[in-house]
Amino acid sequence: MEEQVRGFIKDRFGEAVIREDDFRGEQSFYIKQEALVEICQAFLEDNELQVTFLSDITAVDWLGHERENEGRFELIYNLYSLTHAHRFFLKVHLPSEAPRIASLCDLWPGANWMEREVFDLFGVEFVGHPDLTRILTPDDLEGHPLRKDFPLTYEQPQFSWNKDEPPEVIR
Amino acid sequence: MGIEEKIPDSIILTTLDKMVNWSHRRSMWPLGFGLACCAIEMMSTFAPHFDLARYGMEVMRPSPRQADLMIVAGRVSMKMAPVIKTLYEQMPNPKWVIAMGACASCGGVFNNYAVLQGVDRIIPVDIYVPGCPPRPEQLMDGILKLYEKVDKESLKDKREDWGRRVG
Amino acid sequence: MPEQKTVTLNMGPQHPSTHGVLRVVVELDGERVVKATPVVGYLHTGIEKTMESKLYYQALVCTDRMDYLAPMSNNLGYCLAVEKLMDIEVPEKVQWARVCLAELTRIKSHLVWLGTHSIDLGAMSMLLYTFRDRESIIDVYEACGGQRMMTSYIRIGGLAHELPVDFDKKVRRAVKQVNEGLADYENLLTNNEIFINRTRNVAVISAEDAIAWSLSGPMLRGSGVKHDLRKANPYSGYENFDFEIAYGEKGDAYDRYLLRLKEIRQSLRIINQALDGMPEGPYRARVPGVVLPPKEDVLYKMESMIFHFKIITEGFKAPVGSIYQAIESPKGELGFLITGDGSNRPRRVRVRPPSFINLASLPRLVEGGMFSDVVCAIGSIDIVLGEVDR
Ligand code: SF4
Repeated sequence: MEEQVRGFIKDRFGEAVIREDDFRGEQSFYIKQEALVEICQAFLEDNELQVTFLSDITAVDWLGHERENEGRFELIYNLYSLTHAHRFFLKVHLPSEAPRIASLCDLWPGANWMEREVFDLFGVEFVGHPDLTRILTPDDLEGHPLRKDFPLTYEQPQFSWNKDEPPEVIR
Repeated sequence: MGIEEKIPDSIILTTLDKMVNWSHRRSMWPLGFGLACCAIEMMSTFAPHFDLARYGMEVMRPSPRQADLMIVAGRVSMKMAPVIKTLYEQMPNPKWVIAMGACASCGGVFNNYAVLQGVDRIIPVDIYVPGCPPRPEQLMDGILKLYEKVDKESLKDKREDWGRRVG
Repeated sequence: MPEQKTVTLNMGPQHPSTHGVLRVVVELDGERVVKATPVVGYLHTGIEKTMESKLYYQALVCTDRMDYLAPMSNNLGYCLAVEKLMDIEVPEKVQWARVCLAELTRIKSHLVWLGTHSIDLGAMSMLLYTFRDRESIIDVYEACGGQRMMTSYIRIGGLAHELPVDFDKKVRRAVKQVNEGLADYENLLTNNEIFINRTRNVAVISAEDAIAWSLSGPMLRGSGVKHDLRKANPYSGYENFDFEIAYGEKGDAYDRYLLRLKEIRQSLRIINQALDGMPEGPYRARVPGVVLPPKEDVLYKMESMIFHFKIITEGFKAPVGSIYQAIESPKGELGFLITGDGSNRPRRVRVRPPSFINLASLPRLVEGGMFSDVVCAIGSIDIVLGEVDR
């Protein structure tokens, strides 16, 4: 099955694939951002591969790591073929400034909440999403918690002698 | 040699405080409301094996208007905090609060942006039950401790106290 | 004055039948649901962020507290993922013990589901029976980890310590108890007219829709899709066990009820096999520098003590890269995506929460139906808010 997926994506979207990776035997393709919807649609509609199950969408923030050169946010699309029991990943690197990518809600209705979650926690904008609002955090929260520059918490000042000092940031 | 000897057997002498406390203690209705993992242990406490009904408290009220004990069972997130405060304010006086578990008492293992570091930052807490989650016996012990506390209350203090809490 | 056509009703976040703090905003036209919007996040705990700030070892305790009805499944998923990232093989005995514990956990989770779901539908006494039987499984937990719920017994590279001496006896007692309990549940519910009326043809979802909505676990199998990760991509030695996948036909709430009962039966089967064939061997892999050495060695051997000290204080360094490991938890596909970045803390721990993604389909399940069926639909998804919100 691995061969077939590789052949399929290389044949039809050869120039959109930046590189392939098989860390610990998991097949993943780094692709160009513009080609995402097309590739997903092709997989979804192909009767032989039957990649019909979008298992998950998530992101990784590479701030301060050498991988950041490729783009700060790495979006990971987790696709699964129920008939062949095969899982592979499409990965897209997005820049630090105004990360945005096309939404997959038209292909899979289940993508709705996954994308909302990524938006909420990472601030990646999904173009074409029907209802891109915060889902887990309170509406009035500022910032996106899972970004690496968002502090884990603040130590609140407790004493009279330091109540005017800014709270200590814990990462 | 006092007035007690003249009183027939069917009459009991007591103080008003004692009687009021006795009635509060004997009919405590918890608010049926769980937040996280601790709520499952709370359910176990009400379920057959541990059976809180032995203390006459198995009636969980789904509405805050009918409850006088709030068991905060679980972690309180920033999003939930205003809701809990509203629930507490909706409960009629007199009312008591048990913070069940490490999270409700002090934030527990989650010292982060999303969790309120102890429910006592928004509502007054009477009893803290430690543990993650506390065993049902611990919760029961907490409830019995609360009974002791209720027994020691006096109407006079309460009047001032309520004034403070409500005002 | 314009005519008001629909009524908007708010359920939750404090509502007795939302299993915690779920909030649903329902728009009603008479008794029919026009629109339902689940609002989640009232239990958002920041678990993923917390795990990223901890060592790989320390992050384990957070997993228990996610899906608190099935803590050991979460432990298992996380440990398998880290083991995959670090390329560790665990001994056979560990695998078998893990399977046994994971299946006990599945039963435990389904029992709570059964109790709360039937309370929602008006069968008050069920909870008493299921919690009675659940205690026998908690006994096993307690013997293993010393805690009733959050045991963290499954550790990276093995188990926290040797299986307790009376493990076999305790598990067999639990199996017997659940087996007897199952007869009670069936008597009470399976042919119960009221129960059938409230669940048959309620919250129906077809197989195509279930796949399109990325549902997993009983929600997917209830619609007749024969997909179970234990068979499809076996992990932790599930290929050695003989069991069947339970699946439904119509995809309604009643099918999912029958299916979960069948799953309990299959789990009992697996547990029996695991107990009968439990191999001998060490309870932890030997990978110096990554897996903690056994406690006996730490007390007597110099190197073991040094490794122990190093692992506890600074942890181990993971390679750069992402791995994904999914297991079939009681709720569905529970996946852990862990990204290492060459340091001793994970760069990213993503949990694919089955109940979060299943819950997303709630509008699809209830819209067009009766209002009273909303409660049944929420129950039959089997959500646990700790995992939905993390
Ligand atoms: S104290 Fe522990 S068991 Fe209770 S809610 Fe917090 S994490 Fe869960």
